[in-house]
Amino acid sequence: MHNESKDHAGLAEDFNKDERRVEWHDETLWWVRQKRDKAANGIAEWEQLREAASQIKNNVLSNLAAYLLQFEEKAIANGVIVHWAADANEHNQIVHSILKKHGLNKIIKSKSMLTEECHLNEYFKHQGVEVIDTDLGERIVQLAGEAPSHIVLPCIHKKKEEIGELFHEHLGTPKGNADPQFLTNAARLHLRDKFLTRKVALTGVNFAIAETGEFVVCTNEGNADMGAHLADVHIACMGIEKIIPQRKHLGYFLRLLARSATGQPITTYSSHFKQPRKGQELHIVLVDNGRSRQLGRADFRNSLKCIRCGACMNTCPVYRRSGGHSYHTAIAGPIGSILAPNLDMTKYADLPFASTLCGSCTNVCPVKIDIHEQLYKWRQVLVKEGHAPAVKKMGMQGMTFTLSNPSIYHIAGKAGRWMMKNIPFVVSNKMNPWFKQREMPEPPANSFTEWYKKNRKPTP
Amino acid sequence: MDHHTSSNNRYTSLGAGDSKERILALVKQNQPDFTDLPAIVNFKQEYDDVAEKFITVLRGIGSLVYVVEGYDQIAGIIKENFADARRIVSTCDELASIAEINKMYEDPHLLEDVDLFITSSNLAVAENGAAWITDKQLSERVLPFIAQEIALVINKKNIVETMHDAYDKIADEEYGFAVFIAGPSKTADIEQSLVLGAHGPKMMTVFVVE
Ligand code: SF4
Repeated sequence: MHNESKDHAGLAEDFNKDERRVEWHDETLWWVRQKRDKAANGIAEWEQLREAASQIKNNVLSNLAAYLLQFEEKAIANGVIVHWAADANEHNQIVHSILKKHGLNKIIKSKSMLTEECHLNEYFKHQGVEVIDTDLGERIVQLAGEAPSHIVLPCIHKKKEEIGELFHEHLGTPKGNADPQFLTNAARLHLRDKFLTRKVALTGVNFAIAETGEFVVCTNEGNADMGAHLADVHIACMGIEKIIPQRKHLGYFLRLLARSATGQPITTYSSHFKQPRKGQELHIVLVDNGRSRQLGRADFRNSLKCIRCGACMNTCPVYRRSGGHSYHTAIAGPIGSILAPNLDMTKYADLPFASTLCGSCTNVCPVKIDIHEQLYKWRQVLVKEGHAPAVKKMGMQGMTFTLSNPSIYHIAGKAGRWMMKNIPFVVSNKMNPWFKQREMPEPPANSFTEWYKKNRKPTP
Repeated sequence: MDHHTSSNNRYTSLGAGDSKERILALVKQNQPDFTDLPAIVNFKQEYDDVAEKFITVLRGIGSLVYVVEGYDQIAGIIKENFADARRIVSTCDELASIAEINKMYEDPHLLEDVDLFITSSNLAVAENGAAWITDKQLSERVLPFIAQEIALVINKKNIVETMHDAYDKIADEEYGFAVFIAGPSKTADIEQSLVLGAHGPKMMTVFVVE
């Protein structure tokens, strides 16, 4: 699905061919970011909440093995069937084996970034299993033959006219109708039929509670619940880092999650699944897929605290102007750029360079992950571990080079223009005059050259 | 229980047992030194009027709110607002005159044509408009999602300030399934235009009983 031959800079250039779309993308995500600010500012204890959530997650990472065992024990006592998957392939096989046991080859799926990470849809395509994504945004990208470009807003890169065209082709809506209300209703009818006829539903997991063995799924659309409560078999797939110790801790996390994601005070549904419904089979698949390795990397383990709110993407000047697909990995943006090199250093060596290190991501992160510092550290690891050749080819390396040679920057032509538009400033923390501020304002794009002349220092 | 234990065994033959040991060994080896769990703090909110705050937030997230005196009034409003409804299902005995009450359903799919589902909630949260519903209030779990519209009856005295207060109350509650519901189902996936009624109810009506 992703373009394998291009790196972030190359893919970002593709995205930038349509300037009006880029403007729209940029402004829309910035608007979502502003809604987040408004919601956060409405809570006097916001910083204390972030600190508490961060400390809870630190405790989880330091005691993860015990929590996982406790969670499994409670879940089994609740009547849940628990599976462990070491990697993506094993995850896909486990899900498939459950389908095979029931003699079924159709499944519906609500939002699960983990199954994107594991490429479950592609796996099932080869196995002749029909998968239907039921989150509206995910269904749209699925019909388009694409991957989600954002973890919370999967089709934020698409214009409504394109969606109207897709629905015309696949769902038979009238040609030229691009009204969101109309298209949403068409999808409602189309997917209702799937909910009513499919026997296996897969959902993601937002939080899994060690003390009770239950898990919580948050959606606005209600698709996870429609699937799970109608199906004979419910399969919930989760990364092992999704554990929180106690139910009471949800008080913090549910206050933070939706406000950080979209500025809502809470998602419409926060569903707590503890026991299977009478006559139903409930499975939980616990997936490692590199998480235990990341846990061992002292500089990067904090990335496992992520609650997938997407705030770091919405605020990121590079993400907003390069689009999620330019990251060529399931989880885009700043956090994805820390997670991906752990999975494959060669393939994702470009991503930690796709950042201005401005620190805005770190400032908005509800669990206080030091995102931009980890990006900076990844750069050093990648160079040291011999991925420099890969990095050298990359536009972002070009950027580092260019910025230490301002004259080249001025004559870099198209590349320079791209940077001018996309990267308002390129700085390390110490160089960044905005860094002291908790939430960084957007600098005027054209002030960069001037700013840079004054602040030019050796590139780290 | 027996049923589940036996099906569990069937799956361990897939080699999942090995992966469990391997994952746990790696996690143990790689997890950092133990850090304490912080004490749970309830960040108390002092709203002038908790019910007023709840109602304002609810309206802000697209719900219709009525402050009522009791079930007679609720039945009247429903009769008027849902005159066209073909099938109304409820778990409130008081609404027997207008709804199908507390039936046990053979199959959740048979609820596909429910126009309105009415239930009560014993816990609601002012800061975000969420109402807590457990399977004790649901004859079928799918009801609050599959119905075209949903209505909730909430006693004013059961509204708390924040999620901290809510979880203080439900920390040890037993349930098989439970959910916080805040407003009608919605999506903004098409160009961030908000549309009410994604897959679940298109509207939510809340009756706050004084
Ligand atoms: S890293 Fe932080 S801001 Fe980014 S998605 Fe995860 S929790 Fe949200």
